[in-house]
Order: sequence, then structure tokens, then C-alpha cells
Amino acid sequence: MKILLMGNPNVGKSVVFNRLTGANVIASNYAGTTVEFTKGKMRIGAERAELIDVPGTYTLQPTCKAEEIAVEMLKERTDGDVIINVVESTNLERSLNLTLQLLKCKVSVVVALNFWDETKHKGISIDDKKLEEILGVPCVPICAVTGEGVKRLVERVKDAKSSAYEYKDKERWHEVGNIVDKVQNVAHRHHTWLEKLADASVKPLTGIPIAVVVMFLAFKIIGFIGEGLIGYVGEPIFENLWAPLMLKLSSIMGSEGFVHDLVIGQLIDGEIDFGQSFGLLTTGLFVPLGAVLPYVFAFYLVLSFLEDLGYLPRLAVMVDTIMHRLGLHGFAIVPMMLGLGCNVPGALATRIFETRRERFISATILSIAVPCAALQAMIVGLIGEHGLRYLAVVYGTLFVVWILLGVIFNRFLKGESPEIFLEVPPYRIPYMRSLGKKLWIRIRWFLKEAIPFVLLGVLVVNLLYTFGVIQFVGKFTAPVVTRVLGLPQEAVGALIVGFLRKDVAVGMLIPLGLTIKQLVVASVVLAMYFPCVATFTTLVRELGFADMFKSAIVMIVSTLVVGGLLNLIL
Amino acid sequence: MANGATGTGRAGYVEGSISLAQMRAGESGKIVKIDGGHGLLRKLDTLGIREGMKVTKVSGQWMRGPVLVQQSNTQAAMGFGMASKIFVELSKKENSK
Repeated sequence: MKILLMGNPNVGKSVVFNRLTGANVIASNYAGTTVEFTKGKMRIGAERAELIDVPGTYTLQPTCKAEEIAVEMLKERTDGDVIINVVESTNLERSLNLTLQLLKCKVSVVVALNFWDETKHKGISIDDKKLEEILGVPCVPICAVTGEGVKRLVERVKDAKSSAYEYKDKERWHEVGNIVDKVQNVAHRHHTWLEKLADASVKPLTGIPIAVVVMFLAFKIIGFIGEGLIGYVGEPIFENLWAPLMLKLSSIMGSEGFVHDLVIGQLIDGEIDFGQSFGLLTTGLFVPLGAVLPYVFAFYLVLSFLEDLGYLPRLAVMVDTIMHRLGLHGFAIVPMMLGLGCNVPGALATRIFETRRERFISATILSIAVPCAALQAMIVGLIGEHGLRYLAVVYGTLFVVWILLGVIFNRFLKGESPEIFLEVPPYRIPYMRSLGKKLWIRIRWFLKEAIPFVLLGVLVVNLLYTFGVIQFVGKFTAPVVTRVLGLPQEAVGALIVGFLRKDVAVGMLIPLGLTIKQLVVASVVLAMYFPCVATFTTLVRELGFADMFKSAIVMIVSTLVVGGLLNLIL
Repeated sequence: MANGATGTGRAGYVEGSISLAQMRAGESGKIVKIDGGHGLLRKLDTLGIREGMKVTKVSGQWMRGPVLVQQSNTQAAMGFGMASKIFVELSKKENSK
């Protein structure tokens, strides 16, 4: 048996999914978190069922790619499949619009009335028995984040049936209105402080200062936690515990030789230098765990909090006017924010756009000018010690490139970009357990993605040097790398490895002894020139070969122009 | 003037109504006309914005930025252009700006 979780965006389908399957998919407080379907297994009595988390949709006539996926999933169903229609109890009217469309498809439906707890705070009372009577399908009140009612929902899946409810399509909203009148009672009440804060976040006079403060605090908190974790946890563990162990291993292995250099790397003055040794067990572990993980943790902690609170759609409203100059609309801020963590989920999130033009623009400027957390952590570590103003040059340059590329695309690419149209959910105090779970999902995903590629990267670095590939390629690329970008020939090695992992690539710059000017140029170039392999494959899938090819040309040309200019100006 | 933002060929203009774009934050009223094609109507419909519904404008932005409206318990943000096509009869007795 197959069970499809369907409903409007942001009604908590993914939370229900996690509850029912024990799986871990990301859930947030804004429409469009789920752009792909996820499958999981669950038990209903003695029977095994496949549960599918479907992207949210307001209607069965799709308006964007994520909604198309939802409608496709519905078409692929077979007899005996069940749909759990998750609805937002605090928004019964809008939710029932989709419910009635589902009933018309003559599929077996169970309605899950989610956010049941919130109805009480909002002065809404719903007669679920009566609703069940009218619709002719089971209706179960639940609160997915706490798990209340979920067990009963599972029990009632077997009662799912196709409804005999009939109505004319044109009269649908009218029907919905009638049903809501019969089952729902709304008591008058005053605005809560959360609602007042929500309104203040979208009014220009208060919203702009709030946005500035939120962004400033976000950066401060990420920096504070990231640096703190590195200084008090990461470095002490590596320097005081791991380094002595590695030194012993090094002497056992005879302190030199090919295998030794591969595993431990070069000893610097007889000591392990986690930045420069470049062995699999030294630099290969230190980069992902010691240098990058603290920032990844701090970044996702802050992002997850803002997501679950419901701030991102409001930020989208505040930046909408700016984003229109880049040929996008305000919601483009979401893929960009995700991209600051990792470009892969950022690129996936571009599916929320309606047009190919928007997807091309957003994915291209994302992969060129939005550095991921791993790359940022390494750049901050490398350049930060020379002074904040050099970091400001790197970030400032990328920001200007981001704006300029968007403006240029908007000017010269055919077609127009649609206006923003999105639901702005209420603020919800993040539920700590789901926040922790989401953070854990993301950290685990990072470790799984990063460690193998970092190790592979370190391995490749060693092989490239051993077989003299870097010196060889360096001669060919010298006209560009040395003359245009002003970098030493060996820097080409970082560009080769950057395709595997950009954090390792930045690490390769350390032993080259670059000047601060060269470090700035190299950091910007590494961020821009080409996406890492994980992002690249995602982009090919999302954009198609033709658009990815165009995008790649833009990447290379803009890198040469910007890198060349920086080399001249600085 | 209580007409649409661009003012040309506003077939949708209904006497005594103003567009959502022109409304002030905090004002509410009933939607009397949506001057758009099938696609726009369908899109707005998904968030419960259609003729006959009571809406409240939550906020607008400077420089013709997006407009936030509340309908029942749903808040929807929409572009200024879209908001200029939605005509509302204000609830209070102040039909002109």
C-alpha cells in the first residue's frame, strides 16, 4: 500500500512524515521547504506501507515545478492507495479548497487536522465530528510537532474511503464557505505580541531596521559560536590529543616515504601542521571536523531558528524590490540563504520559481557569488588573521558580483520575471526538539557529503604533486594564472582540487606563502570560477545541459574579469 | 483619483472602489473586482483572494514594493502590479484617498 501525504504548503506534512516513519526530512515554517518527494516505510497494524512526503500544493492545477511534482504523484497512484490530506486547522477555509479537489478525484482520503493546538490560542473552535460527517471521510485532529493525535491518525488510515461528496467545480469556494460556516466558530480576540512582532517585521518603517538587526545578529552569533567552538573545542582536541598520536604514528612509519606522506603528510619542523601537512589523517580530518564543522553547526543553528520562526518569508517581502532589479523576486532570498550553508540545497530550492529564466539567474548567481559555509570557514581562517578589511574586500567583491550579474542578466535575458506571490505564515516559537532534529539532519548530511570528498581531495593533492601534474599544468596555465590573476603557478593546483572540495582548495594555498593581496584574489577566484562537483551535478539536473553550459561560460568569464581587476586594483 | 496604478484602460474599475495597492495599511474592505487574466485569478484564488472576500491590508513597501494582505487567517504577499489589479470597496465611509 502507498500512502501520500498531501496538502497546502507549510501545513506540516514533513513533520507528520518524520513522525510516522521515524525518518529525517527537513521541515521549516515557510511554503516550499519540500521541493522533492521523499519515501519512507511505516507500519499500519500488520501491514507495511510506503509513505510519501509530497511537495505542498494549493491546487491540483499546478503553478510551479514543485506543485507539478505533487500532481504527478497523485496521478501515479493505484487502487488501494490512501491519501493523508494534511490541513491547517487555523486556515480551514483555504485548506478545504484542496480537500474538495482531492475528494473529486475519488481517492481514499483521511484528513489530518494539524495545528489543532494553535486553534485554541486563536479563538477558533472546529467541530471535527461534524466535518467528518459532511465530507464523508475520517477527520483526525493532530498536533504533529508534539505527536498528539498521530497514533489515532494511523489507526484511522484503514477507514479511509473515497467520498460521495458532490459539488460543481465553479461552486467550490462557495461549498468551502458553507462547510466552514457549519463546523467552525471564531471568537474575537486581541493580537498577541507575536502577531504584533510579525506585523512590525513587514512594515517598512520597522521592518527594515528589524531586518538589519536580524542579519547583524545572525552574523555575530555565527561568528561567536563558530570561533568559540574552534578555539575551545576543535583546536585543543586536534593540537593536544590528535597531534601527539599522529607524531607517534609518523615515527612508527619512519617519518618519510610515499605512504607516510599520504597518511600523515609532510612534517613542518618535525611537527604536525594541520594546515600544511596535507596527510589524510592530519589535514584531511582537520579541515572538515576542526575548521569547517564549527561554522557549519553555528550557521545551521541560526538558519534553522529563523526558518522555524517564520522569518524568511518576511525577509523575502522586505528585499523584494531589490531582487526585482536582479530579475528575481523576494523569495529568491531563500535559495541564497540556504546556499550560504551549502550550494546544493540552495540550487534545489530554485525550484520554487515559476520560470526557467528565474531558475537560470538564481542558480547562476548563487553558484558564482554565494560562498558555502565550508569555503567561508576556510577563507575566514586564512584571511581573518590579516585583518577584517581584507575579509571585507572578499565579501564585498562577491556581493557586488552577485548584484551586477543579476542586473546584467535581467537586462539581457529575454522574458520577464513574475511578481512575488507567497503565503506569509504566522510566527511560531520554534519547537526545540524539532529544531535540534533538523540541525542534526543537516550536520549529518554535511559529514556524509564532506568527509569523503575532503579525503579524496587530499589524496588527489598528494597524487598531483607526486606525479608532477601541478607543475606541468601550471606551465600551461601560467599566462592566465600568473599574468591575469597574479598568482604563482602552483595555485593552479587549488583550482583543480576546488572542483572536488573548495575548503581543501583554500587549504592548499597555505603552504604557497602568498601575499595578502594574492590571498584575496585567490579566495574570490576559488569562490567564483566553478561550482564543486556536488553543486555541479545538482545544477546540471536542475538547469539541464544547455543552461548549465551557458552558466559555466558566465562563471569562467566573470572570474577572469573580476580576478584580473582585483589583481590590478589591489 | 481612485483608479489603478497605471491608469490606462482600467476596464476593471468599479465606482467607489480603490486598488489594494492604493489602500493604506490597516484598512479593510471587500474585493469587488479583480482585473486580471485567468492565470492571475487562479493564482490569487489559491490563497483565498477572490471577488466578494473581505481583506485587510497589513502593509505596503516603499518604491512600489510588495503588498501584504490578510484574508481570514492567511497572509499573502503580492507584487505591487498584482495589488493594483485588485479593487476593493472600503469598509469605512472613506471611499477616496
